[in-house]
Amino acid sequence: MSVLKVSNLSRAFGGIKAVTDVSLNVEEGEIIGLIGPNGAGKTTFFNLLTGIYTPTEGEIEYDLNSKVTSKDFKPHKMTGFGVARTFQNIRLFQNMTVLENVLIGFHNGMNYSVASSFFRLPSFYKEEEETHDKALKLLEKFNLIDKKDAFARNLAYGDQRRLEIARALAANPKLLLLDEPAAGMNPKETAELTELIKWIRKTFDLTIILIEHDMSLVMNICERLFVFDYGHLIASGLPDEIQKNERVIKAYLGEDAN
Amino acid sequence: MKGFNKKSIIAIAALIAAYIIGQVLISNGIIDSYIQLNMIIIGINIILAVSLNLITGFTGQFTLGHAAFMAIGAYVSAIFTAKLGQPFIVAIIAAGIAAAVAGIIIGIPTLRLKGDYLAIATLGFGEIVRILALNIDYIGGAIGFNDIPQYTNWTWLFVITVITVLLISNFIKSYHGRACISIRENEIAAEAMGINTTYYKVLAFAIGAFFAGIAGALYANYFYFIKPDSFGFMKSIDILVIVVFGGMGSITGSIVGAIVLSVISSFLQSIPDLRMVIYAVILFLIMVYKPTGLMGKSEFKIFKKGVKGNVSSKG
Repeated sequence: MSVLKVSNLSRAFGGIKAVTDVSLNVEEGEIIGLIGPNGAGKTTFFNLLTGIYTPTEGEIEYDLNSKVTSKDFKPHKMTGFGVARTFQNIRLFQNMTVLENVLIGFHNGMNYSVASSFFRLPSFYKEEEETHDKALKLLEKFNLIDKKDAFARNLAYGDQRRLEIARALAANPKLLLLDEPAAGMNPKETAELTELIKWIRKTFDLTIILIEHDMSLVMNICERLFVFDYGHLIASGLPDEIQKNERVIKAYLGEDAN
Repeated sequence: MKGFNKKSIIAIAALIAAYIIGQVLISNGIIDSYIQLNMIIIGINIILAVSLNLITGFTGQFTLGHAAFMAIGAYVSAIFTAKLGQPFIVAIIAAGIAAAVAGIIIGIPTLRLKGDYLAIATLGFGEIVRILALNIDYIGGAIGFNDIPQYTNWTWLFVITVITVLLISNFIKSYHGRACISIRENEIAAEAMGINTTYYKVLAFAIGAFFAGIAGALYANYFYFIKPDSFGFMKSIDILVIVVFGGMGSITGSIVGAIVLSVISSFLQSIPDLRMVIYAVILFLIMVYKPTGLMGKSEFKIFKKGVKGNVSSKG
């Protein structure tokens, strides 16, 4: 079953076309890699998928919790649709604790009223307690439980990356978008991340799309790859096929490379 | 985190004791009217600072129009008590609601602005309210509003200040409050995590305005007389100074800030020539040596939580 269908998607900024006529399909449970040189439009594509930009042309359709198209996208509605993401430059809530960061991820799952929070009605205690338990369990799975009261800004870089993924998972997504999860990591951390992503897919039963430059990670875990160059989708297929694809080699190495 | 445990019982007992001591000292005349005046000012400043802290310190929306909400509350309360002869409690609630409605009306268009732009827009709003008050004859115009009955006393002040602090800190410790803080920390990430940032900004604005309106009501019904110029730009700055001085994002900081600055400025009244100079030097020193304010973002706790595994205390 296809969970994401992108048809003829374009996005222009003035005269610059950051994404041009992209069409693709993502099936349930896949791990998809988006690769391409810098400035190829990968992050713009992510921003289109999460409602930060609206498409100039074309349409995005999710079939996760229910069928929704890009006309209804708003950044804050995406977690409700079953889509959560992380960012290329880590965007944690720096002055909040690790636990609070994850609690924010559960925001959509909570619904006691403002009045209930003012007057500490029973629903406040009930929901807060449940959510705290869930958050602690999640932190335990991510090996961050010891640091739950530390401020996010004081975490080591690798921990910050993991916390951001944990926060995204707290929103209970069916599709997880990871924007360069291995950026700035050393080979050992990248290897750990590879295992983590595999484990996440298995444990949380979701579809993952990731942007990544680290080929060891991409070739290792992605079942299918999409290659972007100058806003165009120039190739798609299995990792082995992509490695031999001439247009991809040209995009990365230039015209005359042989 | 259950409702009534040992700590909250002790806290309630301490509050009741503080109230009774205050009441006894006032009725025995040990606290004279001058000290009582300063206590009223401190209470009003605490309400104003805590409510502005919710908007500026916790939600991260820098506004310069907080005195305007106070003005709306003060005038509404004055109309209800002096012109319509309503009881004080009705006037207080009406003042809060009027200010909150104003907060929503001004918040929806301006809260899409960020940083400096929002500050300028709210500054403009503050001036609009002041100029309107100057030009409406029904509420006295430039002459001011006279003969407001004096209802505000120690009891009203104490109860309302405690309720304000309690409700706002309850709000902040809920998921709604966390949503507000996350907007301050990183608006894009907050939105990506499913937080409707516009809704929460307007909500924080409305709640802050509500309590500022109530502070205005207490003010109007203590001083018999209000005039538009009492709620100008400088009053907004005064409130902001308390918040920054105490620590943006700290409720106890705002309380301490309101008490310390009110006491300092009342002591300095004996040397009027140097008053503002010394006041400014104190602010200057605080900003140089403790730029996050007296309390930073942390809260003063009488009952220390277990520090086990708390790495943040070192940071």
